[in-house]
Amino acid sequence: MSGFDETLLDEADETVRVRLVVNGRKVACEVSPRETLVDCLRNALELTGTHAGCEMGACGACLVQLDGRAVHSCLMYAVQADGATINTIEGLTESGVIADLQAEFHRRNALQCGFCTPGMLVNAHELLSQVAQPSREEIRDALSGNYCRCTGYEAIVDAIDAVAKARSQGGGAT
Amino acid sequence: MKARAFSYFRAATIDQALDAHARAGDDARFIAGGQSLVPALSLRLQAPRLLIDITHIDELRGVRREGGYLRIGALTRHCEMLSEPLIAEFAPLLHAAAPFVAHPAIRNRGTFGGSVALADPASEFPAMTLALDAEIEIAGPSGSRRVKADDFFLDLFETALQPGELITAVHVPLFKADQRFAFDELARRRGDYALVGCGMLATFKNDRVDDIRISFFSVGNTPTRVKGAEATLIGSSLDAERIAAAQAALEGDLAPPDSDEVPPAMRLHIARVLLGRLLGRLGEGA
Ligand SMILES: Cc1cc2nc3c(=O)[nH]c(=O)nc-3n(C[C@H](O)[C@H](O)[C@H](O)COP(=O)(O)OP(=O)(O)OC[C@H]3O[C@@H](n4cnc5c(N)ncnc54)[C@H](O)[C@@H]3O)c2cc1C
Ligand code: FES
Ligand code: FES
Repeated sequence: MSGFDETLLDEADETVRVRLVVNGRKVACEVSPRETLVDCLRNALELTGTHAGCEMGACGACLVQLDGRAVHSCLMYAVQADGATINTIEGLTESGVIADLQAEFHRRNALQCGFCTPGMLVNAHELLSQVAQPSREEIRDALSGNYCRCTGYEAIVDAIDAVAKARSQGGGAT
Repeated sequence: MKARAFSYFRAATIDQALDAHARAGDDARFIAGGQSLVPALSLRLQAPRLLIDITHIDELRGVRREGGYLRIGALTRHCEMLSEPLIAEFAPLLHAAAPFVAHPAIRNRGTFGGSVALADPASEFPAMTLALDAEIEIAGPSGSRRVKADDFFLDLFETALQPGELITAVHVPLFKADQRFAFDELARRRGDYALVGCGMLATFKNDRVDDIRISFFSVGNTPTRVKGAEATLIGSSLDAERIAAAQAALEGDLAPPDSDEVPPAMRLHIARVLLGRLLGRLGEGA
C-alpha cells in the first residue's frame, strides 16, 4: 500500500534525478533534494537569466513560469518540479512572446542595472495574459512583490501600460 | 541560505503521506505550496529529516458543494480563491480576502490548507475561517475528524493539529440570501502582512442584525473573534450609536501585543477605525 521506503531517510545527501521541460527542451539533472529550483536552473542548466536575490520570496528576481504560471524559483525545490514545464526569461525571449515588452522597457529606461528585469518581465507577461487592459493601479498591484532598487518603478509601469494599450489596439508599442 | 539536507518523498495518497510521517518518527514536514515552509527551511528555523510533498494527492483537491457546506480541498491555491466561481458565490468572504494575501506569484503556489495549518496570526484566511464558522477536516493516524474553527487556533502558530496530522479540507457554510459580508485590512504596502485586518459575516432579519461573527487578524497570538463587539450589535440596524458601542467594546475584546513596530494603542485604534468602516458598509448592504 505505502510507497514510502524507509531507506530514503538515510539518503538525504544523495542526489536524485529530475526531469523537466525547460524552454521547450527536455532535460534531466541530478539534484540533491534541498537544491532550490533557482540554483538548479543557474548552476546545473547554466540559465543565469533567472536571478537569485533574497532567496525568500520577497524580491521577485527569481520568477519563472512553471506550467504556465509565474512562480518564485527560490521558493521551491527542484525535486518538486519533476515532470513540470518551465519557461525562464531565456525561453520567453527566444520565443518572441515578450519582444514588445522588452523593446518598451529598453525604450523607456525601465531598467538600469537589470537585476530585477527578468522577474519584472515574467510578472508583466502573466498580468497581460490575464488582464488585457490593466489600470496603472492594477499594474502596480501586480508588481507589488518585485523590488527594483534603481528605476523608481514609474518607467516600468509606463512600459507595461504602453504595451497593454498597443496590444489591445492590435499594433506594436509606440 | 540553504536548508539542511533532507530526504524528499512525493506521496500519492493521504495514507502514504501519514505513513511516511509516522515512519520518519514525526521528524518530517508536509510541503504544500512551500511559500512559508521553504523560507523557514532556508533560514534553518526548521530542519526536518524528511519532506513529504502532498501536492500530488488528488483527494486534497477540488471545491464542491456538500450538504449545507462548501468543501474546499486543502490544496486549493490562493489564486483559485479568486478564480473559482463556487467560492465567489458560496464563500464570497474568502473571495474578497484573497487579493490581500501576498503577491500574485505567491498566490499561484500557496494553498488554503497550508495557510490554515500554519495559522499565522497575521494571515487573512485563518481569521476568515473563524468569521465563517468553518470546520477544518483533519486526517491522522487515528482516523479523521472535523474541528470547528473556534476550537482550532490555540496559540501562536499552535493549532488543534497533532504532529503527523493533515488538513484535508475546510468546510464553509454556504452563503445565504439574508447574509452580508465585509472585509478590509490596513497594510503599509499592498501584499504585505496587514498591520490590522478584519472580516465579518452577518445574518439579517428585517434589516436588523440577527447574528454576526467578526474576526480580526494581526492583533495577537491567534486570529481573534471579538465577541463583546458582536454582542452589542445583535438586534441593531447598524446605526451610528450601535457602531460606536461596538467600537468601544473592542477595548475589552483585544489585547494587542507590545511591539516596537506597532504600539498596542495604535493597533487598537486601527481596529476601531476598520470596524467602523466595515459595519458602515454592512449597513449599506455591502
Ligand atoms: C513574501 C511573502 C509574502 C506573504 N504574504 C502573505 C500575506 O500577506 N498573507 C498571508 O496569509 N500569507 C502570506 N504569505 C504566506 C503564503 O500565503 C503561504 O502560501 C501560506 O502561509 C502557506 O501555504 P503553503 O501552501 O505555501 O504552505 P507550506 O509553506 O507548504 O506549509 C506551511 C506549513 O503548513 C504545513 N502544511 C501545509 N499544508 C498542510 C496540510 N494540508 N495539512 C497539514 N499541514 C500542512 C506545512 O507542514 C508547514 O508547516 C506570504 C509569503 C511570502 C513568501
Ligand atoms: S530570490 Fe526569489 S524572491 Fe528574491
Ligand atoms: S534595474 Fe536595477 S534593480 Fe531594477
